[in-house]
Amino acid sequence: MGFLRITSPHGHGPLSTSKVMQTVLLATLPGVIAMTWFFGPGTLLNILFGGIVALGLEYCVMAVRKRDPLFYLRDFSVLVTSTLLCIALPPYAPWWLIVVGVASAVLLGKHVFGGLGYNPFNPAMVGYVVLLISFPLQMSTWASPRGLADVPGISDALTALFANSQYDAVTMATPLDLMRQNTGLLVEDLYRQKAQFGQFAGVGWEWVNIGFLAGGLWLLYQRVFTWHAPVAMLAAMGLCAAAGFDGGSSESGGSALFHWLSGATMFGAFFIITDPVSSAVSNRGRIIFGALIGILTYIIRVTGNYPDAVAFAVLILNFAAPLIDQYTQPATYGHNRRDE
Amino acid sequence: MRTVYAIHGGIHPPEEKHLSHPGKVLDAGLPSELILPLSQHIGAPAEPIVNVGDKVKGGQLLAESQGAVSAAVHAPTSGTVMAIGMRSVPHPSGLENTCISLVPDGADEWITTRGVEDYRAESPQTLIQHVHDAGISGLGGAGFPTATKLLARDRCAIDTLIINGTECEPYITADDTLMQVAADQIVAGAEIIAHILGASVILYGVEDNKPDALKAMQAAVAAQGDVGDREVMSFPTKYPSGGEKQLIEILTGKQVPSGGLPADVGIVCQNPGTAVAVRDAIIDGKPLTERLVTLTGRALGKPCNYRVRLGTPISHLLALSEFTPGSQQRLIHGGPMMGFALETGAVPVIKTTNCVLAPTHEELPAPPPAQACIRCGLCAEACPASLLPQQLYWYAKARDQEQLEKHNLFDCIECGACSWVCPSTIPLVQYYRAAKSTIVEARQDKQRAERSQARFEARQERVEREAKEREAKRAARKLAAQKKAESADAEDPVQAAIARAKARKESVVKSEDVG
Ligand code: SF4
Ligand code: SF4
Repeated sequence: MGFLRITSPHGHGPLSTSKVMQTVLLATLPGVIAMTWFFGPGTLLNILFGGIVALGLEYCVMAVRKRDPLFYLRDFSVLVTSTLLCIALPPYAPWWLIVVGVASAVLLGKHVFGGLGYNPFNPAMVGYVVLLISFPLQMSTWASPRGLADVPGISDALTALFANSQYDAVTMATPLDLMRQNTGLLVEDLYRQKAQFGQFAGVGWEWVNIGFLAGGLWLLYQRVFTWHAPVAMLAAMGLCAAAGFDGGSSESGGSALFHWLSGATMFGAFFIITDPVSSAVSNRGRIIFGALIGILTYIIRVTGNYPDAVAFAVLILNFAAPLIDQYTQPATYGHNRRDE
Repeated sequence: MRTVYAIHGGIHPPEEKHLSHPGKVLDAGLPSELILPLSQHIGAPAEPIVNVGDKVKGGQLLAESQGAVSAAVHAPTSGTVMAIGMRSVPHPSGLENTCISLVPDGADEWITTRGVEDYRAESPQTLIQHVHDAGISGLGGAGFPTATKLLARDRCAIDTLIINGTECEPYITADDTLMQVAADQIVAGAEIIAHILGASVILYGVEDNKPDALKAMQAAVAAQGDVGDREVMSFPTKYPSGGEKQLIEILTGKQVPSGGLPADVGIVCQNPGTAVAVRDAIIDGKPLTERLVTLTGRALGKPCNYRVRLGTPISHLLALSEFTPGSQQRLIHGGPMMGFALETGAVPVIKTTNCVLAPTHEELPAPPPAQACIRCGLCAEACPASLLPQQLYWYAKARDQEQLEKHNLFDCIECGACSWVCPSTIPLVQYYRAAKSTIVEARQDKQRAERSQARFEARQERVEREAKEREAKRAARKLAAQKKAESADAEDPVQAAIARAKARKESVVKSEDVG
């Protein structure tokens, strides 16, 4: 009788790439819910629309590359890319912005390099930066949070997405903008006088960040990634902020807490820099990778002219990841004799 | 109490040890034929000393070992040698090998054997010879001839003997069972091995998922009284803690240097089964002719540990344990992590057969098609050798041999932990095996090429030198002819002839030198 011949190992662990990707998608929920609560259904709509575009694109590319598209769609990776990009986009963005962004992420960010696993850059951040450079105006208009203005309803959101006219939601400078542009006020007064500031950081933003932090912690608990990169990024950013706090003077860059809970910090720390494909490989490498992103983000935030800095910092470090890998190859068994 | 050291990586696959009821042993009885491969181990095959038609008794020598890295083959019962020829043997390649086929006569008559009176009075060399004559090779792992391993004492000072009762592979309970039923023999064997090696310390390593075996071993060691530094150490269950290098690190904190042997750090590891075999050989003079085999998996109605004569066809054991093959049935020689799939049950139990696993399709489903590597790093976290499997995978795919060696491909112990965790179900180990054999072949090719290059260059040099010499001679002759013409009148023709003869002789001598 002939038995099935397969090489060892004959068993397999419980994790699958599709499951990992689905877990990541699920983990964005607390953050997305917070965004929807404070800024209205814009982000949710972005994610849905962007997801459909992404699936369609991936299907076409795989068909053109003569692979079985359904097999590749089943790994959910393209949905993760589009979802992460759409979370980073301003709510109430027009449909074409999303199409251009998703197309850049999927095609430029991934398939140009040979598909999933081969991409040196984080695809979502490639899409984001392409948009930021091409359409700076649309990319820096952010809706006002609940409490400071009326939150748009679903029909407003649909109009914004599909009507040709730019939706004129009430928009405001974000707390990060205010902090950067501040020249005359002590940090304390800034918090008191500007309505955009809440308890710890920006109104709404602080809760959005806490939401992503919660999702990220859950992913850590699920062992989807290791703590090294996120913790290193947050620690480095906190140290920079503490060093640049300047006692809260008008020159201050803002406190560590402010930076942790502003903009895309938590989203970046747990959902972007943990993208395994484009980050450093070893745990030691990931600490360096994360820490440098934290430092760069802080520097670009306080000196640059962009709505947020996480995307740039991530892309720059994606460049450096292979170099980091080269210097952080772990010591193989038998090559570091402890007993000498 | 020694400290237990932690090792990098490792995984926790379902253990499934309860399935085969560790601690219980059934007798596999006499099959209708025993198939005894002449090569059951690493090294040279043994040479048969019996002929077809010969009647033999149990324990009788059937094939002699050849050279140092070789092990003898003995008859596991009395019967008739029916054939000596090619048969299927358990091997990953599925190849055939020369085997002696023995048909038992049912009487199970044995030759009388005698052991040594007091092994402590014997020299290590004599004892090693006994171990060698008994045909003992490692009963776990690669099946290296034990006598050869013991000879490490001549090369390095050995201070520690480790008895590896880890059995970290899921499903297998043969060593667990042996430790429960034969702890005293294991300890006795270990003492003999330590005596041979001149090792002052014996460490018994047992994973903490075998509490009964642990207790039995502790009791057996304690029963000896104070005979020196002996310790039964238990440590957390994790695959592959039983890898020789891993266990050494767990128990002693030392690492075997890359490319080296445990002996380089003063350690020799032996399997409990091997210890018992050594004891039987020295105390009773009995050769190695049987072992414990775990028959397990959910395709078996009666999974258990069996006492099996070497050479018993696996199909005989499958029948005993009520095997019902399902669709896409797999039959695995060894455990699920490192064992290899058998094509047929018609192969014999050999010295390294610790387990035959017959899982159902649901139990160990075939892996789904591989997805893209997402560089998640789970493999690197699982790797006990602290390699970067994902990088090795890229380089193996790119056939980048330089990077493969730089990333220490050859320190991979092929444990399969990386493949097990890989969420994209990439058959990583398969890539490494292939890459290793390609590199080894390339190295051999290179050596061959270098040798022939050297030969070619030597020849080239000789041809050139000879050409130069001929040229020089021609010039000399010309010169001589000129001189002769000039002094033709003045010179005595007889003298000239002598001079010519001398010159010829010299040139002959010279060319002999070169040749
Ligand atoms: S576990 Fe698999 S998918 Fe993850 S890095 Fe290793 S090879 Fe790639
Ligand atoms: S098979 Fe090799 S690379 Fe994979 S985990 Fe084991 S030692 Fe590491």
